[in-house]
Amino acid sequence: MTSMYDARGRNVACTVIEAGPCVVTQVKSEETDGYNALQLGFGDAKAKNTSKPLQGHFDKAKTGPKRKVAEFRDFNVVSKAIGDILKVDEVFAVGDKLSAVGTTKGKGFQGVVKRHGFGGVNDATHGQHNRQRAPGSIGASSFPSKVVKGMRMAGRTGGDRVKVKNLEVLKIFPEQNLILIKGAIPGHKGAYVILEK
Amino acid sequence: MDAIKFVQEQLMPKKDFPAFRAGDNIVVSYKIIEGDKERIQSFRGDVIQIKGEGATKTFTVRKTSNGVGVERIFPFSSPNITEIQVTKRGKVRRSRLYYLRGLVGKKARIKERKTIRTAGN
Repeated sequence: MTSMYDARGRNVACTVIEAGPCVVTQVKSEETDGYNALQLGFGDAKAKNTSKPLQGHFDKAKTGPKRKVAEFRDFNVVSKAIGDILKVDEVFAVGDKLSAVGTTKGKGFQGVVKRHGFGGVNDATHGQHNRQRAPGSIGASSFPSKVVKGMRMAGRTGGDRVKVKNLEVLKIFPEQNLILIKGAIPGHKGAYVILEK
Repeated sequence: MDAIKFVQEQLMPKKDFPAFRAGDNIVVSYKIIEGDKERIQSFRGDVIQIKGEGATKTFTVRKTSNGVGVERIFPFSSPNITEIQVTKRGKVRRSRLYYLRGLVGKKARIKERKTIRTAGN
């Protein structure tokens, strides 16, 4: 992330994303596959790390092995054939709204305050030394005699697939395939995200 | 990381500010936009810290106004800063002058640096 200034001189936090160039690795149509979609490949991978069936798949598009492959249903922004290159400025323009899909940073085993936003009890611990961030009651007693399903408790946090909607495109560098998006997106630095219009 | 460096270089306005360090007394002139009107205001004080890198590099200026300490943080890359003037070079022994916050009056003064080394900042 970095920051830039808008037309009024206000500082805006933004995320820099390398979006492309993507290779069209497959064009799915209603007749052959039952639905319309465009399959894109991004980032180069080593051939020794790519399975033989996948290598054959990339050979069809006359391209080397790719790191990430993603499918976009009913893609109708531009019409592309197999093996074509898709660049960032063909899909997005400055001012567009888009969604970013990514995997959030893993936080490990976390308590309910961080995981579910519980308030904790602050200083009202009634003298007990370890009550500050405790979850409190998890249900009633003899009725229902059990903890209801879905009770929010401590556990593994982060590492979820998350979609952030309504992100604004601030700037595009077509030659470098870079796109600047207002605000933050899920995931760590260098993580892969899917941008949807 | 290279992508972020590239973007910052592209977005940074090319400005030539005089080099200054923590402890220097400077005057920052910056634009203020009120509705449609635009005017220039200046802020004079001591630099108490310079932090960050690239497009997010900032400096903090502290002054005492009517007996009340006032601090303002300016980004180096802000398009609203029109001019920076260095009025006094200060002699200080650290880069973050947080100790000035606890001092008032004569104790809060910074000694002037007489020999100016050209390198710095």
